[in-house]
Amino acid sequence: MDLHTQTLTELQGGLDRADFSSVELTQALLDRIARHGEKLNAFISVMGDEALGAAKRADETRAAGGGGVLNGLPIVHKDIFCTQGVLTTCGSRMLENFVSPYDATVVEKLAAAGAVVLGKSNMDEFAMGSSNETSYFGPVKNPWDLERSPGGSSGGSAAAVAARLAPAATGTDTGGSIRQPAALTNTVGLKPTYGRVSRYGMIAFASSLDQAGVITRSAEDAALLLGIMAGFDERDSTSVDHPVPDYVAGLGGSLKGLRVGIVRQHFDSGLDDATGKAVREALAVLESQGATLSEVDLPNLDYCVPTYYVVAPAECSSNMSRFDGIRFGHRAEDPEDLLDLYCRSRGEGFGEEVKRRIMTGTYVLSAGYYDAYYLQAQKVRQLISDDFKKAFASVDVIAGPTTPTPAFRLGDKTDDPITMYLNDIYTIGANLAGLPAMSAPCGMVDGLPVGLHLVGPHWAEESLLRTAFQYQAQTDWHRACPEAYR
Amino acid sequence: MLARLRLADDEFSQTVDKLSRIVAFVDQLSAAPTAEVVPMAHPLNQVQRLRPDQVTETDNRDAMQENAPSVSGGLYLVPKVIE
Repeated sequence: MDLHTQTLTELQGGLDRADFSSVELTQALLDRIARHGEKLNAFISVMGDEALGAAKRADETRAAGGGGVLNGLPIVHKDIFCTQGVLTTCGSRMLENFVSPYDATVVEKLAAAGAVVLGKSNMDEFAMGSSNETSYFGPVKNPWDLERSPGGSSGGSAAAVAARLAPAATGTDTGGSIRQPAALTNTVGLKPTYGRVSRYGMIAFASSLDQAGVITRSAEDAALLLGIMAGFDERDSTSVDHPVPDYVAGLGGSLKGLRVGIVRQHFDSGLDDATGKAVREALAVLESQGATLSEVDLPNLDYCVPTYYVVAPAECSSNMSRFDGIRFGHRAEDPEDLLDLYCRSRGEGFGEEVKRRIMTGTYVLSAGYYDAYYLQAQKVRQLISDDFKKAFASVDVIAGPTTPTPAFRLGDKTDDPITMYLNDIYTIGANLAGLPAMSAPCGMVDGLPVGLHLVGPHWAEESLLRTAFQYQAQTDWHRACPEAYR
Repeated sequence: MLARLRLADDEFSQTVDKLSRIVAFVDQLSAAPTAEVVPMAHPLNQVQRLRPDQVTETDNRDAMQENAPSVSGGLYLVPKVIE
């Protein structure tokens, strides 16, 4: 029986029927990681012994009639989530040897539900990147074409799920870091509403934009995991106390009467023709399922990327100030004095993109530039948020492409930061406005996957998941697997 | 100096070039129609939550200091600051 091809929900059924044990399942996936993990560079830490130990305990709990919803099901954590007793590097030399003294809330909740953690996935350094090329541990390769990027920053999570090394993985999304890699690897990526999932123990990049989510192979699995991860956490000051619905139960409704908004600018010249065609075909499927399509306007859409590249670096520069070479993290050898210790520890510990964002952020926050850049960006952010609010008065979901093109070649966009930044043009708006959004597989262009992007109003995860689930009931794109990993 | 970063000599010129491009790119924000707009403070318009002023954390110093590059007797060691 091919355990690696099954979704989390299918595996859950198999464990319940005792078709196989969690130890067998975990070992099968660890074997696959041993075979493919290095080639893809998807992992920073593989937790073989810990995983088998947890699987054994899960099997015992099950035999005794107990266990949580995810009992014995293997997952992967992005290396941005703190895991007690295991390395948490955040893809950086700065944290190369960092072992967290506590678990992130997301890690804690999934463990309490019985999940078995196979390892920690590779990522762009401190989640700052859209191609996984900023990782100190080297780029992740896209399982669909090893010369291409899997996207970023949750590229290791996406590659591991796409290559069937794990049925599901956690990720984080500040400007598209779950949805863009999901689109480029033919996986499902969900970024919940800001405040839906706790950020406690998730290493901060831009705190007003960061949100934890999941990468899976079906909308159903995303619903299953979100139900466990979501909820109020007093340890996260921006966590919101909002009821958590039963996301799996919510998948069943029909799409009849669902109002889907299309943004004309999403299909302008910036979009690759074949990608656009695949997305239009997906929209036609939704229409055939009873959804109504109508055009909506987001007049300030073009300002999303520049707004993000003021707000995110500003918050980054503030968050990164905690890395001082004294309390934790990399420390330079033989410092001349305290200032030299700070400057060299940070200069050596951070990679190029992180340094660039710290400097950009420091600049836009500095006296004399604050009003023109940071304050202006926060005003434009309000305009963008208002645009979405107006649009959601007439539609339930906004649908379009997740990325302008399928996966690009590694090295193609590293020379020009702006070209790289523009890759997130369709995804950034949801972060700026704190909205839930997801990407689901919807086609192939020259053997490379295309993602359908869905954005909803605050707390509308249910309607996004239902839309994707019903679309997946009608189509097979999400089942496509790169040949070498079947 | 503000960012407390030392760049290697070979990083310098390309950093300047790329930063200039980023600043030029974000400069387009000045054209946005923001005259009457109040800057966003929180994506969901939430206010910062308050909690009772009570001690909730226990002493974790030893566990925390396991990650420190240089400690002694519970103190963090740094280069001499006062001559």
